[in-house]
Amino acid sequence: MSDVEEAITRAHHEEWARVVAALTRRFGDLDVAEEAAAEAFATAVERWPADRVPPNPGAWLTTTANRKAIDRIRRENKRDDKHKEAQLVYDNTPPEPLGAIDDDRLRLIFTCCHPALAMQARVALTLRMLGGLTVPEIARAFLMRETTLEQRITRAKAKIKAARIPYRVPAAEDLPARVSGVLTVLFLVFNEGYLATGPDTDPVRHDLTTEAIRLTRLIRALLPDDGEVAGLLALMLLTEARRPARVSASGELVTLDEQDRGAWDATLIAEGHRLVRERLAAAAAGVVPGRYQILAAINAVHTSARDIRDTDWSQVVALYDQLVHLDSSPIVALNRAIAVAELDGPEVALAAVDRLEDKLAGYHAYHATRADLLRRLGQSQQSRAAYDKAIELAGNTAETANLTRRRDQLR
Amino acid sequence: MQYLVSVIDDKSNPGSTDRQPAISAFNERLIAEGYWVFAGGLADTDAATVIDNRGEQAVFSDGPFVESKEYLAGVWVWEAPDLDVALKLATEASKVCDRKIEVRPFL
Repeated sequence: MSDVEEAITRAHHEEWARVVAALTRRFGDLDVAEEAAAEAFATAVERWPADRVPPNPGAWLTTTANRKAIDRIRRENKRDDKHKEAQLVYDNTPPEPLGAIDDDRLRLIFTCCHPALAMQARVALTLRMLGGLTVPEIARAFLMRETTLEQRITRAKAKIKAARIPYRVPAAEDLPARVSGVLTVLFLVFNEGYLATGPDTDPVRHDLTTEAIRLTRLIRALLPDDGEVAGLLALMLLTEARRPARVSASGELVTLDEQDRGAWDATLIAEGHRLVRERLAAAAAGVVPGRYQILAAINAVHTSARDIRDTDWSQVVALYDQLVHLDSSPIVALNRAIAVAELDGPEVALAAVDRLEDKLAGYHAYHATRADLLRRLGQSQQSRAAYDKAIELAGNTAETANLTRRRDQLR
Repeated sequence: MQYLVSVIDDKSNPGSTDRQPAISAFNERLIAEGYWVFAGGLADTDAATVIDNRGEQAVFSDGPFVESKEYLAGVWVWEAPDLDVALKLATEASKVCDRKIEVRPFL
């Protein structure tokens, strides 16, 4: 990659959200902001190789995008209201007074992740408006047709406008719930990347996990005092750190007990552990940790252990006990049972897993867990049946390969 | 910005019938805080008549335009600065009415 190309890529990563956010506030229109930002970057691609990279790329992009937006509004207004044009172009009204955090990108995040929008629309809007991913890129990531995705984004933008979804950081009393909504969107993007579904996709979608981490880092920078933001970032980093060891050369998923821990990314682990320690200190001072912080702590126990036997399983189970109080979902109970198997043996764990049948019979991990526990208890026939069921339900190619091999090893 | 706020009841699982005092108190508050534009409860859907005069002559039919388990039981019109304000009020309204609420902006 040439220096100029690199500068453009970097500017795109660092400045896209800022440009879109600033334009949205100035022009009050996501459509105008998005198009003008895209045009500004296209102009950069055209000009920078010949004119050299400007000393302040962010300022250059904002100025160019502003001009493009005004051009567009002028063009459109030639057809209708002259008076409106003057208002828009010469709008010097000061920004609304804000709370502690004054960053347009934060407004953009809360608007894109607004609870009145459908979850898929929130994901698509966040990746487009904040992440700067193109429509084809997002469509590919979620195995959707481009036209379907384009419609979804258009409809969401139309609703934001028609229903007047505000471009504003929520009031302090609403902030925890709204931040939690934003984190749900980011975690969903990360998980789709980490355990991608679909027969033709890579088992791990590095582009999606990287994007989710990048956006979570941004929110962490904007909301440094939010424990759950720190928790989610730590959780993502500690999970991403294990990615190099997660899929074998032959494309098979490698479970935690068999992973080559030397291949884990030490830098990401160190950063994740730092965040977990920060949250542990807060918890010691009396702050009650939320679910992402607890999940991050569980992951930190794993990433601190030299191997599966060295893992502090009583600590893992204790953390799951804490999590069960916050989140009574059967999936949490299933993961707790997996840890219990290491502490109290597979028999105790199997009894706990079997109690979840009503709720999890359609979930591949339920059957995969049962299969593993039954195998360890020497019940080969039942184990094989459970593997069959898990393989039938699993959507990830690497996971299917792992389950198939384990099943075929049974006698 | 004005919003049409619809109260939705369910024929097979109706909301409780003792809500009127709470709704009146809520309306007083809407008026005091400047959100109230209009409110009205509706008679049963059986009392509705649909008129179609797009053809040669007007056709009247008995009953609502769509038969469904869920139906419109009443409406408000609120004046609110944005959807967050409207949704917050609607969240309270749903509790007060013991029914689902739809919030829809006017053009």
